[in-house]
Amino acid sequence: MNGKGILKGLGVTLQRFVDSYLDDIRWWGKRYYTPEGIAHRSSKNTKGTFTIQYPEEKLPVPEEFRYKPFLLYEEGQGGEKNIRCTSCGICAKACPPQCIWIVRGTDPETGRPVPQPAGFWIDADICMSCGFCAEYCPFDAIKMDHNYEVSTYTRNLMDIDELMKPVSYYAGIRPLNYAREEEARKAKEAAKAAKNQ
Amino acid sequence: MTTPAPVETLDLAAKFPGAVTADTRPGYSGWVVTPEKLLEVAAFLRDELGYDYLTNLCAVDYLPEDRMEVVYNVFKTTGGPGLTFKTFAPRKDPIEIPSVISIWPGADLQEREAWDLYGVQFTGHPDLRRILMWEGFDGHPMRKDWQEAFYDEDVKPFKRRWPDGKHVYAEKRSTFGDNVAFKPGFDPEKWTPTDPEEALYASLKKYKSEVVDGIETDHIIVNMGPQHPSTHGVFRAVVVLDGEEIVSLKPVMGYLHRNHEKIGERNTWLQNMPYTDRLDYFNSMTNNWGYALAVEKLMGIPVAERAEYIRVIMAELSRIQNHLILIGMLLNDLGAYFTPALYAFEERELILDIFEAVAGSRMMCNYFRFGGVVRDIDEESMRKIKDLVFDRLPRKIEEFDRLLTENEIIVSRLKGVAHLSAEDAIAYSMAGPMLRAAGVPYDIRRADPYGIYDRFDFDVAVRYNCDMMDRYLIRLDEMHQSIRILGQALKGIPEGPVNSQKPSYITKVPAGESYGRVEGPKGELGFYIVSTGKPNPWRYHVRGPSFVNLTGLEKMCVGGKIADFVAILGAVDIVLGELDR
Repeated sequence: MNGKGILKGLGVTLQRFVDSYLDDIRWWGKRYYTPEGIAHRSSKNTKGTFTIQYPEEKLPVPEEFRYKPFLLYEEGQGGEKNIRCTSCGICAKACPPQCIWIVRGTDPETGRPVPQPAGFWIDADICMSCGFCAEYCPFDAIKMDHNYEVSTYTRNLMDIDELMKPVSYYAGIRPLNYAREEEARKAKEAAKAAKNQ
Repeated sequence: MTTPAPVETLDLAAKFPGAVTADTRPGYSGWVVTPEKLLEVAAFLRDELGYDYLTNLCAVDYLPEDRMEVVYNVFKTTGGPGLTFKTFAPRKDPIEIPSVISIWPGADLQEREAWDLYGVQFTGHPDLRRILMWEGFDGHPMRKDWQEAFYDEDVKPFKRRWPDGKHVYAEKRSTFGDNVAFKPGFDPEKWTPTDPEEALYASLKKYKSEVVDGIETDHIIVNMGPQHPSTHGVFRAVVVLDGEEIVSLKPVMGYLHRNHEKIGERNTWLQNMPYTDRLDYFNSMTNNWGYALAVEKLMGIPVAERAEYIRVIMAELSRIQNHLILIGMLLNDLGAYFTPALYAFEERELILDIFEAVAGSRMMCNYFRFGGVVRDIDEESMRKIKDLVFDRLPRKIEEFDRLLTENEIIVSRLKGVAHLSAEDAIAYSMAGPMLRAAGVPYDIRRADPYGIYDRFDFDVAVRYNCDMMDRYLIRLDEMHQSIRILGQALKGIPEGPVNSQKPSYITKVPAGESYGRVEGPKGELGFYIVSTGKPNPWRYHVRGPSFVNLTGLEKMCVGGKIADFVAILGAVDIVLGELDR
């Protein structure tokens, strides 16, 4: 019992204390509220103050980050929204907490199923953000959003209008995934065209 | 490199004619023991064959066969594969099966769980009370014919969702109307409540009051929790004190109980994967692995080579951040308010950033699939992992060592406190760092290797003083070993696909049973699953290390000071999501 161990430990905290000022000086004016400052603070060389001052500062989310699902639509020439969903129901079957509700579209005249949902709800309060719907959708029609600031005063039952977002939005938040899927789609179409000839 | 231990060839059926038969159902293994001879066979297994370590005990309700089974998974602490045996009783109350607590005291909490959820009465159990549900609860919720308040259908996917899935809030169509059901003949108006805690307080050791120096002494009962900062959630311990000394202690749990296993039986095989994230939410990667391992074993599918390496990398990163947090929070409990904890959080954040970039979420990773993992590690994340493993983490673990290990206050609070001998640790089924800090070098990665751990060169961390200090030091040792494994895995990782199967939301699992276990950061994490060949598991049981490690809590605390209880519980490393399930 001589206090040597305590002093050794305090040496570590002192080192950290000094480092935080040195790092501030080295990054004078750039360490906070700048993208490169945030990147530095979450890199392996970070020293000193580690905190990100949310909401003034925000950590950039990685491409694969998943929050709540949304439905994709292609923007038509005349501004019409062509939904990609065919209401096949795979997402609703794969969904672990069963928060997806789909009414399959039918032709009002013939009564036959049409590849379009007549109703689509996601109970976002129940959604566990697992991403299975996006992972197993064969039409790339449902994807996981990056928007994590979704607090509301009411329950979050999202209907089809709230869920729909343009493909361009998707291409913006997940550029690599989008490029990969487009490539696969083009290859598939080319193969189909070659087969038909 | 370890050579697998030889498979037990002893024919138990010949040794105990009439009492033991081989389990010949397709996909099953092990032995079936009649309840009359259960204790005799169990004693033989432990004393003659050396199966001294009971890790998993759970009940299975075979409703169509009108049969209730209790499954025991026993292992040798010297290593090697385990032995499964079962006993059974007709499914008619009272279901009576002898308690094995006299052979393996570690069965204590697990038998109480089986009683609570399945209504199996273990004769000879000294304290058979409900454990996860509350006293006064009607029924046994894991039975196949029990339905929850918001019951929809027996199994998912629910027909109500598609193709005519008009959304309805669950409470609007609850089978119990206002979500209350009374058993026949029960009238709430005429009901006089009894004290639900009576049985709990009765189970505590009685204190003999005496007169010392003319002053009459008395005991004090203290409820630590459920709302207590040291309990890391909603956990409660009822303690009987003699002055400051603990005389008796009973853990009370279940405040976060959500019947995870029942949900698991309603889910399809794949749908359980994200639910396992919610068990020990610090280590969703290891939870995923345990479950994937059990299902892959039953399916008999290989795992893609690159995915094996990715699994090791993710699991070891997870272990490092878990141990960092444990040390930080242990120091919080000891009163070193938040400096070590926040230092630990920095490294954890950096690791979680990697999880987020690779798996999509910081804590609820949902990263593993049967046959591999969901996606490859991108180059940017790979670089970050290498930076951490080869540069930052060793530095930072060493810094922790300097910050804390020799600190005289910490040493005096930890050294020699809460002794738990190797024999007791084995008997109480302690697992993971708790077992290894008691001088038992038992690590599933070595003793019963899974994945590709047999390819790596690392030491099983072990400490021999059986006290709190060792429980702290063993975490540092394990982090160093994890860094070693990570270094080898990062150097050896091959290119290639990350899943051996075609991605599909439908999983075909042949009928049978399997027990998959991994060395989680908190101890042995096991999944016992039974398949009937259908898209949903018939039985899905989680053997959580947080839960079973509490069996020895009373043993460690009695005789110690009440102030140390906080630290002792902190070093057990419990997570309530897994403890209460």
